[in-house]
Amino acid sequence: MKEYMDSIYLLTPLAPLVGAIIAGLFGKFIGRSASHWVTILGVGISFICAVIIFNHIVLDAAPAVNQTIYTWMVSDGFNFQVGFLIDKLTAIMLIVVTFVSLMVHIYTIGYMKEDPGYQRFFCYIALFTFAMLMLVMANNFMQLFFGWELVGLVSYLLIGFWHKKETAIFANLKAFLVNRIGDFGFILGIAAILMFAGSLDYDKVFAVAQTEDFQKQTISIFPGVHWSAITFICILLFIGAMGKSAQVPLHVWLPDSMEGPTPISALIHAATMVTAGIFMVARMSPLYELSTTALSVVMIIGAITALSMGFLGIVQNDIKRVVAYSTLSQLGYMTVALGASAYSAAIFHLMTHAFFKALLFLGAGSVIIAMHHKQDMREMGNIRKYMPITYFTALIGSLALIGFPGFSGFYSKDAIIEATHLSTIPGASFAYFAVMAGVFITALYSFRMFFMVFHGKERMDDHTRDHLKESSWVVTAPLILLAIPSVIIGAIAIEPMLFGSYFNDSIKVTDAAHATLSKIHFESVIGFTIHGMMQPPFFLAMAGIASAWFFTLKRPDLAAAAQSKLKIIHTLLINKYYFDAFNQKVFAGGSRRLGAFLWRYGDAKLIDGFFVNGSAKSVGWFSSVVRRLQTGYLYHYAIAIILGLVGMLSWIIWNEYGVTK
Amino acid sequence: MSFDQSILTILILLPIVGGVFALLASDKMSRPVALIFAIATFALSLPLYTGFDLNHSGLFNAAAASAQFELKLPWIEAFNITYHVGVDGISMPLIILTSFISILVILAGWRVIEYKTKQYMAAFLIMEGIMIGVFSALDAVLFYLFWEAMLIPMFLIIGVWGGPRRVYATIKFFLYTFLGSVFMLVALIYLYNQMPEGKESFSILGFYHLDLTLTQQSWIFFAFLAAFAVKVPMWPVHTWLPDAHVEAPTGGSVILAAIMLKIGGYGFLRFSLPITPWASFDWSWLIILMSLVAIAYIGFIALAQKDMKKLIAYSSIAHMGFVTLGLFSVFAIMQYNLEHTTAANPIDVLATTKLVVEGGIVQMISHGFISAALFLCVGVLYDRMHSRDITDYGGVANTMPVFAAFFVLFAMANAGLPGTSGFVGEFMIIIGVIKANFWFAFIAASTLILGAAYTLWMIKRVVFGEVGNDNVKALHDIGAREFIILASLALTVLFFGLWPDTLTSVMHTSVNDLMTHVHSKVADHLVK
Repeated sequence: MKEYMDSIYLLTPLAPLVGAIIAGLFGKFIGRSASHWVTILGVGISFICAVIIFNHIVLDAAPAVNQTIYTWMVSDGFNFQVGFLIDKLTAIMLIVVTFVSLMVHIYTIGYMKEDPGYQRFFCYIALFTFAMLMLVMANNFMQLFFGWELVGLVSYLLIGFWHKKETAIFANLKAFLVNRIGDFGFILGIAAILMFAGSLDYDKVFAVAQTEDFQKQTISIFPGVHWSAITFICILLFIGAMGKSAQVPLHVWLPDSMEGPTPISALIHAATMVTAGIFMVARMSPLYELSTTALSVVMIIGAITALSMGFLGIVQNDIKRVVAYSTLSQLGYMTVALGASAYSAAIFHLMTHAFFKALLFLGAGSVIIAMHHKQDMREMGNIRKYMPITYFTALIGSLALIGFPGFSGFYSKDAIIEATHLSTIPGASFAYFAVMAGVFITALYSFRMFFMVFHGKERMDDHTRDHLKESSWVVTAPLILLAIPSVIIGAIAIEPMLFGSYFNDSIKVTDAAHATLSKIHFESVIGFTIHGMMQPPFFLAMAGIASAWFFTLKRPDLAAAAQSKLKIIHTLLINKYYFDAFNQKVFAGGSRRLGAFLWRYGDAKLIDGFFVNGSAKSVGWFSSVVRRLQTGYLYHYAIAIILGLVGMLSWIIWNEYGVTK
Repeated sequence: MSFDQSILTILILLPIVGGVFALLASDKMSRPVALIFAIATFALSLPLYTGFDLNHSGLFNAAAASAQFELKLPWIEAFNITYHVGVDGISMPLIILTSFISILVILAGWRVIEYKTKQYMAAFLIMEGIMIGVFSALDAVLFYLFWEAMLIPMFLIIGVWGGPRRVYATIKFFLYTFLGSVFMLVALIYLYNQMPEGKESFSILGFYHLDLTLTQQSWIFFAFLAAFAVKVPMWPVHTWLPDAHVEAPTGGSVILAAIMLKIGGYGFLRFSLPITPWASFDWSWLIILMSLVAIAYIGFIALAQKDMKKLIAYSSIAHMGFVTLGLFSVFAIMQYNLEHTTAANPIDVLATTKLVVEGGIVQMISHGFISAALFLCVGVLYDRMHSRDITDYGGVANTMPVFAAFFVLFAMANAGLPGTSGFVGEFMIIIGVIKANFWFAFIAASTLILGAAYTLWMIKRVVFGEVGNDNVKALHDIGAREFIILASLALTVLFFGLWPDTLTSVMHTSVNDLMTHVHSKVADHLVK
């Protein structure tokens, strides 16, 4: 049994890798359909493995596995390994990642069928699946960083997949660099862990973290200022999470990443990669629990993201951008949950969000195919008539997103709101306000989009309308398969995941003051649902739908009027709070100018101009002076010799007697 | 004389003999002749790895110092100068790197060099032998001889096959490096005189056990610094490198970046650290400062470059800054430990210093592959378009997809992506150096952002986008020869990125010996 499971663990990430290598290196020879079959087979095997693992770890309640695959490097006292930690947290992540990935693979057959880079695309998404699996299966920080950067690489390649498009290659460079800023903090956090804990293996670090010695350690970054080492580490790691999970102010890359093909927006920029930061913090719960300060920072950043990014969703007209801002806002919710020590609620929301957000993205993609790759919602309308399956699945996705009772998002979001309400750490009341207001905003932008696309007047041109038709089964089948968990997974999973013992061995909430989830009153799913329907979030969501209906369908003229009345706010939102303009000018432009300045004045003028060429010139000058001394008159030389002799003698005498005596 | 004893001598002589053969052959025949000799040298260098004794220790043994594959023959007996060669875990990987890169360089010049072909091939082969000599010499005079001899073929390579400003570049290169080495010669002669009465020699291993005062050590330290800092090159004596690279032919740039720069780092390990440990301890702050400036300041300058070769040259300086940072943060880590002795300190100082030194060596080897690959990539483009200006390109991926894949891979390796060898050394140094000072790690880690920024911005402008102009449109993808060159480097870069243990395992004993020696010397210093 053990050997059998061990090979299953190994097969899980390797199957997609093999698929990626075959499609990538031999895609030209084996052709298009063989390329998609080989990668789908790889990811399919991976999904089956994930199910077997889930069955083994969760249903059979086998103990968590922590094993080394191979030693990456040893340097006396430091072991760096590639290894797997498979517990219930990993098991649930494996299911989410492989399932969504499999759906996206199938969907891609339809979405990319006319693209010349077909094989390359399948290679990338299979490679991504491998990287993401390595990330979630890691049992040490080194491998975590490996997976972390590798998913970043594939994200870079996929955002810039259409490499002729200037906006795409701008967006992918931006995404990579912004992520690198996060990674900069992340690697310093890893270094600090090694410094204070002496190891990079999760189990050793968590064991050391429980000791008093470790908790009392401080680090002095500025002379005289001592910070708690644990807070310092947690915040550095969180900077990494801010990059990957797109939290303000490192969120700027995610909306631009929509330049990539839609299947990867669903897979990478909604369901899986962007949740890596959330997963990481949940995985590090034994560390974060030790620092209320770090938790406060996490919560406030999350709250800012949840609220401010939701606002931006309201003014977007590009269908994918609306979903992108919605993703940012939902990631903010998850981060707030982390701050409230409701790690399991964050993972729970991560899971439900992965299903319904992938569904919404793929639904948007389905509309985009039908619209001949037009993405502007102002040119859509009443598409429900032409695309019934897309319509219904999008409705399910939207209801799940806004947290309509009974749908999966309802359970995860309500749990987060409740936990935030019960949290007592600094910043919790602000976060509570943000997540509450966010409910209204979410409903508003989601249904604004929904109504603009599927209801109302048909605003597209005649040519497009004549060609509108439901997408083929490779597109609709994944939609239906994703719609099912978007509805039911919340009700099924809430009890074991949040209020049962599911995460007991992977998530530790040690501080009783932090234990917000255990304070939530929970009797049964039905009771929770009914209770939720009498709470403010439900009314806020309903109000959001009603406002969306009113402003987009009933009185669209009012929306335009409001826009001109609130011109300042509207300009601010359209310009995305000027984050991009600021970064472009100050950071990008500033670095380039600084580089040019240092080059021109530091290297060229000072070092080369003054020192190098200067000394060459002074040698020239010196020799011209010396040349003049060579007069040819003997007595000149004689005087020079005598003077030199006297000088040398004086120096020797001075040295021998003057100093010692 | 057994095979083990003679192998290093064969490795030094074989390429030089090959160079002579190439000169004797016709221009056309010189290519295969050179290739055969380069491959034979590489094949013969592999026994150094397979036959390497991982546990052999003894370089610092005062009574009977010994290296591996050692050979010691009397040479100039009047001054007790010997022909003494041998390797340890630090020099052995560098020798294999040299013999590997030399094959690629011969291949890279295969079609392109039509002017004085045989001389070109000969220059590179002779260069290879000399460089192997530098890495294996254990006698200071022998070392110095190889060290200076190296300049001649390089001087010719840039001067004869170089670009339009080659005269300025060669003179700058020559003066810089020559000026530095003169100080080293003085230091070596001084050390000779410090050896015990009647036992004067130029044995480097003998120098390790001299009892020098701090003042003496400081003078020697700076004399060595002058030589090695120029070679590395460290800020602020780096300005010869971009000029030399820009003017050098592709092969010259590759040798320069991949191997010659490493000789500076190697010099610190072979001479400065063990011979002048006290001075290294006292002056480590200066070297660390210079290294950090190299990483950050040069990173910004690289961002502003318009010429691809210059950009990669500046990137090399920044990456080599990591090497010197790793080597000298050893002393900063000791210093930190002194000041924080009571703190609960889970990390063993000796282990951490070994980590950063090994990180420095890994960085040298890895940079050898990556910089070589990047210069070869630029060479591929230059051969077709005769321009290195970034603005002359754009959308190369459309016409050269296979090449673009390689270029992006090497760019990622240059940006330190995990899974490539570029990550390993930087990672080891960052996680080690934080032990000395958080800000050192902070500035070093900034390369994560800067390195990615300048490399990938170049990639964006050269490789991606719409086809920039008709010249780009007419480009044809790489052929079999170029494919083999780039693929072999790609495999190596990935192999060492995924399994660096194969590389570090050979270093452990040697680095341990070196660090134990340095630690005990510095401990004496601190007692006084």
